[in-house]
Amino acid sequence: MTGGAQIAEMARPRIEAMAEGLSTARWTLTEVAFWLVPVACFFLLSDYLVLGSQILITALFALSLDLVLGYAGVVSLGHAAFFGLGAYTAGLLGRHGWGEPLSGLLLAAAVAALAGWLTSFLVVRGRDLTRLMVTLGIGLLFFEAANKAAFVTGGVDGLSGVTMWKLFGVFRFDLGGKTAYAYSLVVLFVAFVFARRLVASPFGLSLRAVRENATRMPALGASVRSRLVIAYTIGAALAGIAGALLAQTTQFVGLDSLGFQRSAELVVMLVLGGAGRLYGAVIGTALFMIAQDWLSGLNPVYWQFWIGLLLVVIVLFARGGILGVADQAMAAWRRKAEP
Amino acid sequence: MSAVALRAAGLNKTWGGFVANRDVSLELAVGERHALIGPNGAGKTTFINLLTGVLTPTAGDVYVGEENVTRLAQHERVARGMTRTYQITSLFPSLTVLESVVLAILEREGLATNWWKSVAQHSGAAREAKDLLERLHLGAEAGKPTKSLAYGKQRLVEIALALATKPKILLLDEPAAGIPAAQSAEVFEVIAGLPRDVTILFIEHDMQIVFRFAERVSVLVAGAMLMQGTPDEVANDARVKQVYLGEAPHD
Repeated sequence: MTGGAQIAEMARPRIEAMAEGLSTARWTLTEVAFWLVPVACFFLLSDYLVLGSQILITALFALSLDLVLGYAGVVSLGHAAFFGLGAYTAGLLGRHGWGEPLSGLLLAAAVAALAGWLTSFLVVRGRDLTRLMVTLGIGLLFFEAANKAAFVTGGVDGLSGVTMWKLFGVFRFDLGGKTAYAYSLVVLFVAFVFARRLVASPFGLSLRAVRENATRMPALGASVRSRLVIAYTIGAALAGIAGALLAQTTQFVGLDSLGFQRSAELVVMLVLGGAGRLYGAVIGTALFMIAQDWLSGLNPVYWQFWIGLLLVVIVLFARGGILGVADQAMAAWRRKAEP
Repeated sequence: MSAVALRAAGLNKTWGGFVANRDVSLELAVGERHALIGPNGAGKTTFINLLTGVLTPTAGDVYVGEENVTRLAQHERVARGMTRTYQITSLFPSLTVLESVVLAILEREGLATNWWKSVAQHSGAAREAKDLLERLHLGAEAGKPTKSLAYGKQRLVEIALALATKPKILLLDEPAAGIPAAQSAEVFEVIAGLPRDVTILFIEHDMQIVFRFAERVSVLVAGAMLMQGTPDEVANDARVKQVYLGEAPHD
């Protein structure tokens, strides 16, 4: 071994340590504990499994927006277009004789991905305000198209008569929602593992860089447009899976699955939890929907008042959402712990 | 005549009635160290923007080697070996210094679309980034978010990002702008230490640095090329003294 190589060998541990600031895909104990909570809920809160599935499905939807908005920095007010498209795809399959759940999910993902890919070329142009308006417009287009095509979608009455087969030919979708909950949880978890891997990868790093400074990226040899097209398409596919889950587990698709309110509430949930962190999507969704359920029980008319107040407080005083505050608190606590 | 690395042929850029660049031509031989000087507002940065593809010329062509790249996007020109730095620092604020440089390396290697392996698993890129940062005296800052660095250090990150693309042609837009003189000398030592086959065009206001590092100098005045020559020729040219050096003392 030459002297130079020896020195390089000795220096390696230090270089490896330096690399630790880089994203890894290693699981932490906190994360494992986090995922045990929904599993425990399955056994301990069996009266709430219907709400639970709704939360899990919406969390997957929020996760899909986090990739687009939180990581790639593309603001969207029309993400429900892909959710609804997935829901109608799975719903129509179930209504017209193909009730196999998993293939329904995959087909819904494919249809939503195709729509995402096609519209992405409109969305990646321009800046934030342009994108808000373009995504909003695309959302409205999908909504009215589904409304008009009532002979296919059922229009305002919704699409009913969706019949699902047993999951794996074994588990019937029961009224108590046990199968629906477990199914939604597993699908959410698989999608989360995928998203987690994606954001820790070089591709994920390049998305964050686009978000931070899109004009600098071409000077590194990267085409911003092609990165955003991929990210937007993946986000649409995951949103489509979430919509399909809702259609399959409720065996109904309402026009509101494509609605503006669904898109807007989704952004609220993500911001509450903390965008660009994956877990923020899940936590924000759970908090929003539990609060909604609880507050609307107290007062069915004015519950949005408290959600609105919470949103204003979080955005003004707690940058990075709930997880952002948690991070800052941890950092402050660590500083105190070290003398 | 040695091989040509970069050639600008009659570049024009106008916005309405305003002419930012008028018929600017320039030929850089492979390995040449060339300074571009001129008073403020002479169109130097516009020229760099035309060369790199940030702006499209109203008329004229840009060649990298033999290839006409006028119609190519900026990132495609980077793939052909032409990299730039920015006069106004343009970085990734919340990414760490190491992440930024690793990203530049992964982009160069075509690995940045990899989504199944984590960034940390690309240890070759991490090692190369670390070495580059050490060379630029940024080793201690590697793990910090870019936005937390002092301005002078951020200028060095700007250069680190450019070097990480392993350019064959490097365009430096006032690389040492806004950093103390001692550090700016350091910046230019690093630049001077680049392999001899790297062609460098740099914009700089400090004449001492220009005369020390440039083999040839181009003088741009009011959007047009006034003259090109060796540093001595430029320093002794009466027109240059009048229009450029005569106005310079405000620095």
